[in-house]
Amino acid sequence: MAFLRGFGAFVPERVVGNEEIAARVGKSAEWILEMSGISERRWAAPEVSVADLAVRAAEDCLTRSSVAASSVGMVVVGSGTAEHRFPGPASLVAARLGLAGVPAIDLPMASAGSLYGMALASRLAGEFGTVLVIGADKMSAVVDRESADANTAILFGDGAGACLVSGSEGRLRVVDSVLHSDGGFAGDLRLGLDGVLHMNGMAVIMQAGRKIPGAIIEVLARQAMVALDVERFVMHQANQNLILRVAKSVGVPAERFYSNISRFGNTSSASMLVAASECWMDARSVCFAAFGAGFHWGALLAVEG
Amino acid sequence: MKDKIILLVQHVSQRQEVPEDDENLFDSGFLNSFELADLVEAIEKDFGVKVPDADMRPGKFMTLNKIENYVSSLS
Repeated sequence: MAFLRGFGAFVPERVVGNEEIAARVGKSAEWILEMSGISERRWAAPEVSVADLAVRAAEDCLTRSSVAASSVGMVVVGSGTAEHRFPGPASLVAARLGLAGVPAIDLPMASAGSLYGMALASRLAGEFGTVLVIGADKMSAVVDRESADANTAILFGDGAGACLVSGSEGRLRVVDSVLHSDGGFAGDLRLGLDGVLHMNGMAVIMQAGRKIPGAIIEVLARQAMVALDVERFVMHQANQNLILRVAKSVGVPAERFYSNISRFGNTSSASMLVAASECWMDARSVCFAAFGAGFHWGALLAVEG
Repeated sequence: MKDKIILLVQHVSQRQEVPEDDENLFDSGFLNSFELADLVEAIEKDFGVKVPDADMRPGKFMTLNKIENYVSSLS
């Protein structure tokens, strides 16, 4: 059994509005808003690393949860924009939190990394106690370049989110989760070693628009539940139009799908946890869902009690 | 079948023009990514077919002719 004990988040101070992005990519600010639902995003300074973002979110999560870092038994960090091929940021983040010696695992999965991290943590918490799951990405390092495609450059922001998954206590109990991968689409969304992001947006939307609702319905059906039984949905903040489409597909009012994408854009690994940090406290049941490069996707259900 | 496909494309794109048979519906602005997903749903509903996940690729729906060929292969 595992519980969600708390969430935290960190976003950089610098606000990058649509006007600034529009000028870079040769589109209008209105077009960006219409295509994505994004009004602004945050970009970190060049010297800020993925680990820097991750540590700030972790500290916020620990503080808000009133949990001492020393009680964490495992650290999981999801990121698709880590600065090094290896090591990933997990061990560095753990060390900076004073957790040298604690196992730290990287999930270099981009957008689905946080969901995978939470699902894995819920299965490992029984052995490791409290697992700190972090999603952190510095997407500005990818899209703030001349070669960036307009359709992708408009979407992304920087940030980090964190979640404490406990084997013994927490406000929401993790009931179930489903995870899926299909490497047949690995080429449709990838970040090469040259730092160039390739995204076949049409393929991504076609697949995400079907697979996210499918995962949600699957995890709920395993508990003999339907979408209307769930109070709140928190999914990867990829695109507001996709969020609305998923809500419609599973048959619930769009208001049940929390969204902060207008303020932060798509922060990849971080987005779902950043969103959760803003909305999880007053919900008696939450269904998390994500989809990303790989393709990897899944859903996780947590309920009160 | 082609006429029915044209009607579906016009409906999801909210455009009244008739695209050429081999016109790229994406490049010509008839369909964006969300409208393409809507088109696939409409095809499934109107033709009574199921598009498998593995076939949910833009290339299969790029032109009227490609759509017609694909839907024929499902029927």
